[in-house]
Amino acid sequence: MTAETHDPLPPRHVTDWAWYAGLPVAAAVWWLLYGQLIPFSEWATSLFPVARDSHTGEAIAFFIYDVPKVLLLLTGIVFITGVLRSWFSPEKTRAILAGKRQIWGYPLAAALGVLTPFCSCSSVPLFIGFVSAGIPLGVTFSFLIAGPMVGPVGLGLLYGLVGWKIATIYLVFGFTIATVAGFVMGRMGLERHLQDWVRDLNAGPVGELPQEQLTFVDRLKIGVEQVREIVGKVWIWVLVGIGIGAAIHGYVPEQIMMQIMGGEAWWSVPAAVAVGVPMYTNAAGVIPIVEALLGKGAALGTTLAFMMSVIALSLPEMIILKQVLTYRLIAIFLAVVAAGILATGFLFNAIL
Amino acid sequence: MKTIKVYGPGCKRCETAESMVKDAASRLGVDVAVEKITDAKSIAMAGVMSTPGISVDGKLVHAGGLPDAAKLDDWLSA
Repeated sequence: MTAETHDPLPPRHVTDWAWYAGLPVAAAVWWLLYGQLIPFSEWATSLFPVARDSHTGEAIAFFIYDVPKVLLLLTGIVFITGVLRSWFSPEKTRAILAGKRQIWGYPLAAALGVLTPFCSCSSVPLFIGFVSAGIPLGVTFSFLIAGPMVGPVGLGLLYGLVGWKIATIYLVFGFTIATVAGFVMGRMGLERHLQDWVRDLNAGPVGELPQEQLTFVDRLKIGVEQVREIVGKVWIWVLVGIGIGAAIHGYVPEQIMMQIMGGEAWWSVPAAVAVGVPMYTNAAGVIPIVEALLGKGAALGTTLAFMMSVIALSLPEMIILKQVLTYRLIAIFLAVVAAGILATGFLFNAIL
Repeated sequence: MKTIKVYGPGCKRCETAESMVKDAASRLGVDVAVEKITDAKSIAMAGVMSTPGISVDGKLVHAGGLPDAAKLDDWLSA
């Protein structure tokens, strides 16, 4: 796009000691900024010529507080995740999972789905690479579901914006859905519903990559590069999500919210899932909306179902997978994951 | 003459990787033919699971993320 695209790595003249010194400095600056969010947002809101406790005032305060908060959280999480994930790669994960036909292949795949770096644009080669190496289809699905569903960005933002309890619930249930959905699909013997050419693919020669030895500074650079790439890509979704969240926070009356997304209306859970599928955004965009919904009294089960559906089930992802899966298999995949999400939603609406 | 293949379905990073290869080759004065492989099947058959991947004269040297500029120079001038 611009010159930036052609200079993807941080300047090479920055020596190692600068990275070691820069890390604590950056952490301290981050911490200081994070601590100033409330005073800053209150001050900035007071500059607007509206009453603080009016609808508009509430919405503005929500927006001004959440934008820097989400961007700070996002930067921190993406950096730490980028560094941690530099120890993992799809090639290593495939080697670990190949031949794991036992029952614990599923939770292992789900865990590795969270830790392995991969972008949705390479999910097709990754899928083929897994299946051709003899990894069972169900285990592969556990991996592919867990990746987006319980990604660190979603969990970290949920922790920062909504609190640790709901973040933990989300982690446990997201992980369980990925594991169980993969297991169920593994039991269904779906191999025959792959596209013909995928099924006929021989376990081709596994690309032997020379192990790249990374220093710790290399890993830090990967973290910075991830921040630049991901934050540079999703900030617009963050703004849109917070804008919607602010509108809900400021203007939607609690009574109406209780009627639409309250625990009383049984249809609210399937409706939340149905609304979530065509919404294509990422965790960073949807969690400010979740924050506002919960704040207005939406039921936890309904909100969890909405969030999981938006993050884990997306139409563009299905269209990408169409290259390797038949429509029938895509439909089964959607149905199984949606069933897990519905069960989670109903469960929490029932017990809370 | 080296044959370089850049594997990727066409995301932005894959295009960046391709232009990095071309830039490095012209800077080093190495004669290269850069081919872009965008077909998912061919990408997978080459053993690439994370894109962009790069191969030099049929040998896979890199997969996943943008290549390190110094390593790229090594591959091209080796």
